[in-house]
Amino acid sequence: MERQILLSPLLFNHTIERLSHELIEKHNDFSDSILIGLQPRGVHLLTRLKYIFNTVHQQEIQCGVLDITFYRDDFRRREKPLIPSVTNIDFIVENKKVILVDDVLFTGRTIRSGMDALLAFGRPKSIELLVLIDRRFTRELPIQADFVGRTIDTLTSERVSVEWKDIEGKDQVLLYTPSE
Amino acid sequence: MEQLSVKHLLGIKELTENDIHLIFKTAESFKQVINRPIKKVPSLRDITIANLFFENSTRTKLSFELAEKRLSADILNFSAAQSSVKKGETLIDTVNNILSMKVDMVVMRHSKPGAPHFLSQKVNARIINAGDGTHEHPTQALLDAFSIKEKLGEINGKKIVIIGDILHSRVALSNIYCLQKCGAEVMVCGPHTLIPKDIHLLGVKVEHNLINALKWCDIANVLRIQLERQDIQYFPSLREYSMLYGLNKEIFKKIDKEIFIMHPGPINRGVEITSDVADSSQSIILQQVENGVAIRMAVIYLLAAQI
Repeated sequence: MERQILLSPLLFNHTIERLSHELIEKHNDFSDSILIGLQPRGVHLLTRLKYIFNTVHQQEIQCGVLDITFYRDDFRRREKPLIPSVTNIDFIVENKKVILVDDVLFTGRTIRSGMDALLAFGRPKSIELLVLIDRRFTRELPIQADFVGRTIDTLTSERVSVEWKDIEGKDQVLLYTPSE
Repeated sequence: MEQLSVKHLLGIKELTENDIHLIFKTAESFKQVINRPIKKVPSLRDITIANLFFENSTRTKLSFELAEKRLSADILNFSAAQSSVKKGETLIDTVNNILSMKVDMVVMRHSKPGAPHFLSQKVNARIINAGDGTHEHPTQALLDAFSIKEKLGEINGKKIVIIGDILHSRVALSNIYCLQKCGAEVMVCGPHTLIPKDIHLLGVKVEHNLINALKWCDIANVLRIQLERQDIQYFPSLREYSMLYGLNKEIFKKIDKEIFIMHPGPINRGVEITSDVADSSQSIILQQVENGVAIRMAVIYLLAAQI
């Protein structure tokens, strides 16, 4: 297994900060906009974004977390059942501009389930997608992100791992390539 | 603990402690789902479930049906009263005929203890026991324990008394297994004739005085007198039973302690429990019914994952 660093700790944080600026350009004061992190790994990115908004921009944003387990299309096609995480959306989604937040965009199937799960809470005005890493050319559904931290070209056999300081000990993005 | 250790839910006896915790954890998520504006998830849209009720049921049948619908499964309903069972068809034939219509799971209630166990060895489908005679009623025990956990925060170390017709009650047996696996202390309380002679071998306390039992417990689970299963008279009259073992406001004044009341339904108001107790804030009877849907969704979901 070959290991390559895609984003070093410094670049990692610059990238997320840039994403926060892009969000402000489009959503201004966030009076009508909400960020929703997808369980489990998108929630870490959401927490970091929220921290940057609070400290760097001195701005409060409304956030929720969404579990998509029951909306996945690979139930019964995996070896083990999917065990759900917590959903926490304690506000009205109706007519809001929702930004879904996830760490990696790969096949697009998670995002499809995420949109399905979100619609169970009402009819948002719009849904956008923010990801830290966009794995280009690996999509299985016609889904694209609106805010992208870094676009990369990968093979389906490769694995991208986003690591967080408070969980894995270091902020970084790694690419694992299976050795032949 | 990511998968159930069993292929069928035949009884609590066959479940491990981990299985029970996995079902509770999954049920918590489903409870969130059924409180959303859209109460339905698409997980089981490629599964067909047959509900076979060879014995009458209202609550359990509706609860299973709703759980299946909330999971987007296709369902078939069958009640013995209007079927070929009356024409002499055997249980295996009935079920195999239904299964040849490509059914993946069977929810069954039957008056004969062990009927779902027998079926699970003979047919190729997942079986959920929705009550077999006087034997087990596993989903009821799971929802009872789940409701206790929700109310008291945990089950471990809590004291629960089951009051009434223990002899004819499948709810009592399943509850004893389930609560003990979760670490609770269990007592049974009722007249001598309605308590099985050797029940202490299951590790439960036995008490015949209602006041003593209530003073001991954190939660009282009150059972219905199952007159339809009683072939002889076990007590002189309902009135006498009600005077000795019926729960009413006066008794709670005497024990001077906050305990919660549960009942698996249907309630016989004025027999085992009076209206002022059944409708009081101590009673969590309606929460039990709500939790029943979430628990059944969790059980069906976890079993379907293995198909």
